[in-house]
Amino acid sequence: MKKLINNLIQGLFLISSTVTTLTVLLIVFFLLREGISLFNESPLEGENILAVHSKNKVKTVSAEQIKNIFDRKITHWSEIGGSNDSIILFTSQDFDTYFDADELGSKFEHLPRKIDSLINSTPGIIAVFSKKYIPPHFRGKLVEVPDVSLSSFMSGREWFPTAHPAVQLGVLPLVLGTLWVSLIAILIALPIGLATSIYMAEVASIRMRNLLKPVIELLAGIPSVVYGFFGLIIIVPMIQDIFNLPVGETALAGSIVLAIMALPTIITVSEDALRNTPRAMKEASLALGANRWQTIRRVVIPYSISGISAAAILGIGRAIGETMAVLMVTGNAAIIPHTILQPVRTIPATIAAELGEAPNGGIHYKALFALGCILFVLTLIINLWVEYISRSRKNR
Amino acid sequence: MDIPIAKLYRDWNSFSILGFIMYKGIGVISWEFISEMPKDGMTKGGIYPAIIGTFCLIGGSILFAFPIGVMSAIYINEYTKHGYFRSFIQLMTSNLAGIPSIVFGLFGMSLFVNQLGFGDSILAGSLTLGLLVLPIVIRTTEEALKAVDDNFRQASLALGATKLQTIQRVTLPIALPNILTGLILSIGRVSGETAPILFTVAAYFLPKLPSSIFDQVMALPYHLYVISTSGTNINDSRAMAYGTALVLILIVLILNLTASAVRRYLSKKNNIN
Repeated sequence: MKKLINNLIQGLFLISSTVTTLTVLLIVFFLLREGISLFNESPLEGENILAVHSKNKVKTVSAEQIKNIFDRKITHWSEIGGSNDSIILFTSQDFDTYFDADELGSKFEHLPRKIDSLINSTPGIIAVFSKKYIPPHFRGKLVEVPDVSLSSFMSGREWFPTAHPAVQLGVLPLVLGTLWVSLIAILIALPIGLATSIYMAEVASIRMRNLLKPVIELLAGIPSVVYGFFGLIIIVPMIQDIFNLPVGETALAGSIVLAIMALPTIITVSEDALRNTPRAMKEASLALGANRWQTIRRVVIPYSISGISAAAILGIGRAIGETMAVLMVTGNAAIIPHTILQPVRTIPATIAAELGEAPNGGIHYKALFALGCILFVLTLIINLWVEYISRSRKNR
Repeated sequence: MDIPIAKLYRDWNSFSILGFIMYKGIGVISWEFISEMPKDGMTKGGIYPAIIGTFCLIGGSILFAFPIGVMSAIYINEYTKHGYFRSFIQLMTSNLAGIPSIVFGLFGMSLFVNQLGFGDSILAGSLTLGLLVLPIVIRTTEEALKAVDDNFRQASLALGATKLQTIQRVTLPIALPNILTGLILSIGRVSGETAPILFTVAAYFLPKLPSSIFDQVMALPYHLYVISTSGTNINDSRAMAYGTALVLILIVLILNLTASAVRRYLSKKNNIN
């Protein structure tokens, strides 16, 4: 009996220890399930289809071309390999301008016939309308719109997930925005964090350290919304003032906030690394006549460089995944960043800002899960990298 | 040679954030602020429902994560030997710790809210937050168990105690202060997380308190986010935002102080024994 209870409890312990692994697997499963199904979706909204005149030679139109056509950037069919006609737009919103309400009937029962004759009589037309209005003997031609593909998703330069009539799902601006903000953040945080950790590991007295440690722990514990709020109130107006910008919500503001947030991580990890330098090495250097600064620069830092780089990578990882603070201060414009004084939008901020409005199970919803997959992969690479560094350090 | 820049910087950085928010927020905090409902589109009144909501989420997530985390750490540290299984579990735990909080939000939404049909509820939010802090609980508990001197374990085993008795009577009591410290730190983490609760539990405004675990709640961090970015009258609710930020910082501050007090008190007690 006692043995049975012992075994039961041990089994309980075993099950508990697999929860983290299970969670990671479940996260992967759910992200992929929603994310991958994005790639069988048509970028056209809802049940819409795209039709042209039967003489038109165009066979497929990509989502990007549709957007350019409806933005009036492409106005002639010959630009995309079609017939020699100007493009005339027709969407479901134009029903009223083309037809009288009386003609259509009370339940739109005459609409299919009307659409058919309109397409047949207008050589340059591009018509987007719902599947259910396809006429029985359709004289126009249905044009194929390629599904969202992995390559168009990864290399697309436009992110307009609610655009009409075709959504634009290109993650390039978001990925670049995320990396951009994080890299600048680490460039700001690393020198400061390293200086602080050197001070704490090598210079500060024990009393000073005991004073600093809790402050840094506290800094690590402050919620990210509070940092975001602080950035919104202090850093954003400051940047607007200093650089004379119309708005202060820029990549730089995000980077500064992220830098402050990444500091505790960087300080703690690199201080640990610096502290691991064998005392004998330091004393040998001092005995050879090197002063304290020379010892730090030539002995302590080279010895702990792998730990310091782990700190930097860990800091980047934190910065890439950070959501709320970035959402509040970067301005969230989905454009590919060229300077640090532009608004940018990061992957986590996009998910946080848009998931609430994306209809459950729709293409926008799936696209946000696909973004989640990208984020997951990015942070997984970083985690494994850090793990690799710290394991090879242990083995040394 | 001294490096004063580091010191200077450190003073500026940590104290300016804390100092600034304390300075602006201290005037807002009053008994009404923490005990009343928000009024007039979040520009007046208090944050009582958000405080209650945050406490619900803390309770729920810790109830879930703490037992599982501690048992998991016991298994890893006391039952497994160094080897593939152990390092695999540890790798997975650190991977889980590195997953961004917004991904937990996505996951919680698709599993708890949609798949299991909990809807936007305290249950869904607590489970999501619980999974988020699970690695922290595991790691701190593991460190705490590792710090227990092996002689204690061997002495106990030599006296004829079983492994389970050793864990229960010897290892856990000695490790308790550090385990509790980890618990308190994870409470701090839960109380401040926003991204995981955005789509699993948080409500913009609710006129009543939750009555079951399937209700939505307001929560402090989400409240701060909405009143500082997306309210209808951001300028009028700024004072509320300062107050909310200060309350959040105070929670973290109090938890940190409690953690170090617990650590000091219990380790002193253990030394006397």
